[in-house]
Amino acid sequence: MFEKLMNIDRRIIFILVALVVIIPMLFTFSIPLNVSEPTQKLYDYIEGLPAGATIMISFDYGPSSFPETEPMAAAVMKHCFDKGIQVIGITLEYIDAVPLADRVMQQVAEEKDAVYGEDYVLLGYRPGESFVILGMGAEIASVFDSDFSETPIGEIPMMQNITNYDQVSLLLNLAAGSSVEGWITYGHTKFNLKIAAGVTGVIVSQMYPYLQTGQLVGLLAGFRGAGEYEKLINAPGEGTKGINTASFVHLLIIGLVVIGNIAFFVQRRREE
Amino acid sequence: MATLGIWIAAFLTICIYSFLYRDNPFYRFAEHLLVGMSVGYIIVLTIYFGFIPYAWTPIKNAVTGETSALGFLTLIPICMGLLFFARLSDRHAWLIRYPIAILMGISSGIMIPNALQTDIFAQIRGTLGPYSVIGTLSAFEIVGAILMVVGVVCTLTYFFFSVEHRGPIAGISKVGIAFLMIGFGSAFGNTVMGRVALLIQRVDFLINGWLGTIF
Repeated sequence: MFEKLMNIDRRIIFILVALVVIIPMLFTFSIPLNVSEPTQKLYDYIEGLPAGATIMISFDYGPSSFPETEPMAAAVMKHCFDKGIQVIGITLEYIDAVPLADRVMQQVAEEKDAVYGEDYVLLGYRPGESFVILGMGAEIASVFDSDFSETPIGEIPMMQNITNYDQVSLLLNLAAGSSVEGWITYGHTKFNLKIAAGVTGVIVSQMYPYLQTGQLVGLLAGFRGAGEYEKLINAPGEGTKGINTASFVHLLIIGLVVIGNIAFFVQRRREE
Repeated sequence: MATLGIWIAAFLTICIYSFLYRDNPFYRFAEHLLVGMSVGYIIVLTIYFGFIPYAWTPIKNAVTGETSALGFLTLIPICMGLLFFARLSDRHAWLIRYPIAILMGISSGIMIPNALQTDIFAQIRGTLGPYSVIGTLSAFEIVGAILMVVGVVCTLTYFFFSVEHRGPIAGISKVGIAFLMIGFGSAFGNTVMGRVALLIQRVDFLINGWLGTIF
């Protein structure tokens, strides 16, 4: 039996994974989700900001990673608009993040009746990541002289009183690459800008050292982070839906890893 | 029109996943289409968001007199950038040293002091910091602080090749390997979560976004 398990056709595993993803989607249910400390820290930080404060969200993900990061963006923006916090959107790493950022900002703004230019703005993309971060520390308008639709920054009402990072309470970097390190290195170390991150599962392990040292005020880890934040703001969305289904896939994969290891060791003992 | 887009997206999604059965022409068609479209899309966006606002517009405005002649200064970085193409000619390949030297110099000057502070000093402070307030820590936090130092020392020992890994050094580096394996396991688990997220989003699209328009 163990020999058969070791030589199982990988397509059977694909079918199992597909079934475990599809079947839970056909039913409505909710799996209990505990909020982790990094997510709670980010929530507490934003919750502690006064109405009228400003946060900046750097959308540094592309179409290949938006399923994990977009629910985070939506959840955090809902929280901000509920509290009257203004949101500035920018993109530095992925040029194709601009339409993604525009889409999620518009969706949340419609839901929360937020007004473009007064409650939120999307400045768009600028090349030269580290130089852009450093430039905005001196003056945002020196780097972003207009928003993504080419409206001069001076004509955007909410940007009238925002000159540089001194007026930005938090930078949330939603990232699928190495941009968080850039923001910490230049934004936090040089300008003492408060940084939080929402990252894909692939890179989340690299973020914990920065969290432990306080260089990150909070961290959203993949689908789970989005689901946790949605729970905190009591607005279940794509993150909650996703983590419910993902939990079954995780169980399946854990089971397969355990069975595979048992089969491997049993077979090795027999060969010896 | 939106419905047509949904059908095309659904068809291409199924084409890509058909590879899980085996390689086939539908998969290759979707793969080539994705690569071609992605490159074309990125080129257009780069021209629109990069070349036009930072190169074309300043020069055009300087030529037409809409702005001062300072717009011509943009020609300096453009010419520097063009020197990268000197690599294509054996005779002029040496010219590429200039843009590379400028890039290296500026990047190093900006990065090294900040990176040292971010990744060395702050991390050392974070590792040893808890010992300065150890009296205020809970038992759980003290164990965490001890594990942190043990993990850092043992892992660094594993990567220290100036002494032979025998005797106590071998033991310490083996502990380091254990910490590394825990780290890799954590990274693998998170990667699985990330990949599963992508699959869930696509299946959700197929069930609710595509089949939802039919039934």
